[in-house]
Amino acid sequence: MTKLLEMNNHTLRFAAGGVYRTTRLNVASLALATSSPFQFSGGGGYCSIPSRLKLTCYATLSAVVKSQESTFDGKEAALLVDELRINFNTGRPKSYEWRISQLQNIAKMIDEKEKCITEALYQDLSKPELEAFLAELSNTKSSCMLAIKELKNWMAPETVKTSVTTFPSSAQIVSEPLGVVLIISAWNFPFLLSVEPVIGAISAGNAVVLKPSEIAPATSSLLAKLFSEYLDETAIRVVQGGVPETTALLDQKWDKIFFTGGARVGRIVMAAAAKHLTPVVLELGGKCPALVDSDVNLQVAARRIITGKWACNNGQACIGVDYVITTKDFAPKLIDALKTELKTFFGENPLKSKDLSRIVNSFHFKRLESMMKENGVANKIVHGGQTMEDKLKISPTILVDVPEGSSMMQEEIFGPLLPVITVSKIEDGFQVIQSRPKPLAAYLFTDNKELQNQFVQNVSAGGMSINETVLHVTLKDLPFGGVGESGIGAYHGKFSYETFSHKKGVLYRSFDGDSDLRYPPYTPEKKRVLKALLSSDIFGAILAFFGFSKES
Amino acid sequence: MEAMKETVDQSLREMRDTFASGRTRSVKWRKTQLEAIIEMVKDNEDKMSDVLFQDLGKHSTEAFRDELGFVMRSATTALNSLDKWVVPRKSNLPLLFYPATGKVISEPYGTVLVLSSWNFPISLSLDPMIGAISAGNTVLLKASELSPNSSAFLAKTIPSYLDNKAIKVIEGGPDVATILLQHQWDKIFFTGSPRVGKIIMAAAAEHLTPVTLELGGKCPTIVDHHSVSKDMKSIVKRISGGKWGSCSGQACISVDYVLVEQSFASSLIEMLKPVIKSFFGENPKESGCLARIVTKKHFQRLSRLLNDPRVQASIVYGGSMDEEKLYVEPTILLNPPLDSEIMNEEIFGPILPIITLRDIQESIGFIKSKPKPLAIYAFTKDEKFKTRILSETSSGSVTFNDVMIQYMCDALPFGGVGESGMGRYHGKYSFECFSHEKAIMEGSLAMDLEPRYPPWNSFKLTFIRLAFREAYFKLVLLMLGLKK
Repeated sequence: MTKLLEMNNHTLRFAAGGVYRTTRLNVASLALATSSPFQFSGGGGYCSIPSRLKLTCYATLSAVVKSQESTFDGKEAALLVDELRINFNTGRPKSYEWRISQLQNIAKMIDEKEKCITEALYQDLSKPELEAFLAELSNTKSSCMLAIKELKNWMAPETVKTSVTTFPSSAQIVSEPLGVVLIISAWNFPFLLSVEPVIGAISAGNAVVLKPSEIAPATSSLLAKLFSEYLDETAIRVVQGGVPETTALLDQKWDKIFFTGGARVGRIVMAAAAKHLTPVVLELGGKCPALVDSDVNLQVAARRIITGKWACNNGQACIGVDYVITTKDFAPKLIDALKTELKTFFGENPLKSKDLSRIVNSFHFKRLESMMKENGVANKIVHGGQTMEDKLKISPTILVDVPEGSSMMQEEIFGPLLPVITVSKIEDGFQVIQSRPKPLAAYLFTDNKELQNQFVQNVSAGGMSINETVLHVTLKDLPFGGVGESGIGAYHGKFSYETFSHKKGVLYRSFDGDSDLRYPPYTPEKKRVLKALLSSDIFGAILAFFGFSKES
Repeated sequence: MEAMKETVDQSLREMRDTFASGRTRSVKWRKTQLEAIIEMVKDNEDKMSDVLFQDLGKHSTEAFRDELGFVMRSATTALNSLDKWVVPRKSNLPLLFYPATGKVISEPYGTVLVLSSWNFPISLSLDPMIGAISAGNTVLLKASELSPNSSAFLAKTIPSYLDNKAIKVIEGGPDVATILLQHQWDKIFFTGSPRVGKIIMAAAAEHLTPVTLELGGKCPTIVDHHSVSKDMKSIVKRISGGKWGSCSGQACISVDYVLVEQSFASSLIEMLKPVIKSFFGENPKESGCLARIVTKKHFQRLSRLLNDPRVQASIVYGGSMDEEKLYVEPTILLNPPLDSEIMNEEIFGPILPIITLRDIQESIGFIKSKPKPLAIYAFTKDEKFKTRILSETSSGSVTFNDVMIQYMCDALPFGGVGESGMGRYHGKYSFECFSHEKAIMEGSLAMDLEPRYPPWNSFKLTFIRLAFREAYFKLVLLMLGLKK
């Protein structure tokens, strides 16, 4: 095995038809050739594949590689960027035909490899098949279909009105690709968060390097394999790896960096981008609150909260419900409803439920466990609290009024723990939200229109759903992105296209109607006409032009 | 500096309190402030012209065209369009989501920092401020210390016209900027050089603050004489206006250099010379129509560029300088070496290199080999060439058959790409530049679809598949139990 892995250090480089191409022997194909016992490791975590999962797709076998020596350094990163830049400069990725063909290949890839992808997600996160389909595959597919359908419209230059100051002229806004872009994705929705931005980058005609998260290794290597199989390798590449590889990539000059992950790394990415004046999109997270009023349909509200917490990758989602705020009187009722619905969803023993994802690795498992065991927190558990370390499972857990200073209320939880904060009246909940950094999403459950308006007006967040959780993210008509601590920039649907495009203003002028007004030598008459023109006062301008002044 | 730190802390606290009070969110407040800006410019026309003359020797007509008039127009546009801009944008939801609705509302970022530049000290300060106010933010402005009279004027006058609990001006140089950048802002808007732009962005990264960087670059001007020979008279005027007519070439969208075919270079130069004379007379230094170089440092930079012996040898017109008056004569160079400093940094002064090519089509390759400029100007009537320029080069903007005037067209986004900056403003884009677009979905608790929830089974999977395809008829069949 070791020997085979060393082969991975070799890269082949050849030129074909003026297009440079580096071929990296990939680990997946090597692993495939050997029939080594299957072991799986994810960023320090360790677990064996449950026997009931029949592996029909061997592509994901590459996860056997436990610690791969880093072969991708700054030099190689520089070569890669150079190569992609040369290929971008040929103008090929800019063409409509290229973009469409790549998008169609992505759609085809999702259709044909659905099973492989679902299995990789299962390996990385024990993600239930339907959840994987709902949250990752179908979302990505529909983004892709939308892009295919709309691309012509998106690419069409927008004609805008010009003013009397620049008369006679016509103007357009033309979108152009930025160039070579880097996408760094996250482990919690490793397929969606990788492919969705790639769709945007391709729609806009860029060359792309994708760095999937090493914490979801099965999906990462599957993406590397599938991309080279389905997409144009001369312009779309996957680089696998962890911190050293990411560092090597960030040292390069990109035309845009799109990052999904935590705020701490977000800062590092933006600081690295500053060196090259590279614009960034940072999709971060934050503590997303759900404010629940007492007038709601309990069952529906409880189910939607559960969907936004546990049925959403078991709380490991940047838009998942982080905590609930409700009134003191209503809290017991809400908690009862949550308990009942949790039972319907995940059965008597949720640790055994196959409808719940596991915690991604033992690092995060321990983090969540210690969060739960903290002083003053452990005694606040009113439901759940069970853990199963070998399977990396934590049962849906509800806590009431954990102390404000606890790490559970200070950090993004990113797991199946749901603290409920009680306030004496619902409006006080605003203050609880506003006293924290701006979250990526904020949720409100109420039928009270007035409260809805106040919430929309006064709470700042990336996006919001009223009487819903998470669903706003699936709407391609709405921009998805954070504000403040929850991020910079937005994407989804047309916004993805725009995120990866530069909007170039184009002004067409004719040579008629040139007047000396604009030019020196300057005279008081010229100033008078200019004044009228700048205030769009055509009549005044004509008067002034003939030597009359409205002022005189 | 301790006192300055205290002032900054105090100002920030006050602005944050004002923002938290919600006052700046009301459209009425925004309009009152915009009206006050217009009034301030109207009331202080003479004073503004004076400070611009003191800082840069700008003629009052030039000052009106590029700064006062521009600001008034920008504020008027914002004032007239604000009601339209603030309306939430409704969005269509798939039928499956019925009865939910979706919309996008623009909310102010909060407290924003505007760092402006010395070359258009009034308009580059007030124009971003107009955007920030339109979007409902509180703003702190630091104007450039290199145009001290304008900076002092703004610091003194703004508080007496605008809400001084929400809009503040602080004067100072890099040390003050450093203090400002240590604080957390909700947005930073910077106009200046790429070098400082990098520093600003790195500082902003610390607090995850979004930035708009309006930088510069070498804006090329292509003259395709084959297709425009009839119009050369206005072309040379437009080029001269774009080089010498606006702050003596000290503008980020000035014509930096001209690309022309070898055979036409000498005719172009012969046509430019009389235009310069008609603009500034026999003695431009005394004409009063040519702005001066802003500081000694910049004067020395320009004289260093020009004193390279190889560059000296390329002077075909002008070239004289007067350090005491900070005056550089309108100067034309023919083919200075491409590796000289003047061809590799933004000139930002009244020197115009003319670079000759064998074939004007080569200009595309020439431009592509350099960092992306803020603007590309091309004089041509050849539609094929226009298309090539548009699709093969990249720049903040492109203007055909004129120069600089795209700045006046507020229907177009103004901003750079790559080395020339990030983000855009002007007109509605200024409003967007200072707004967060918040996506909102309003659902109802009355209707609920069972297949959304676990425990998962194959019926639910089929349901969701159909739903995603928006195959409603099949969905109905499935619900009725008629479809497997």
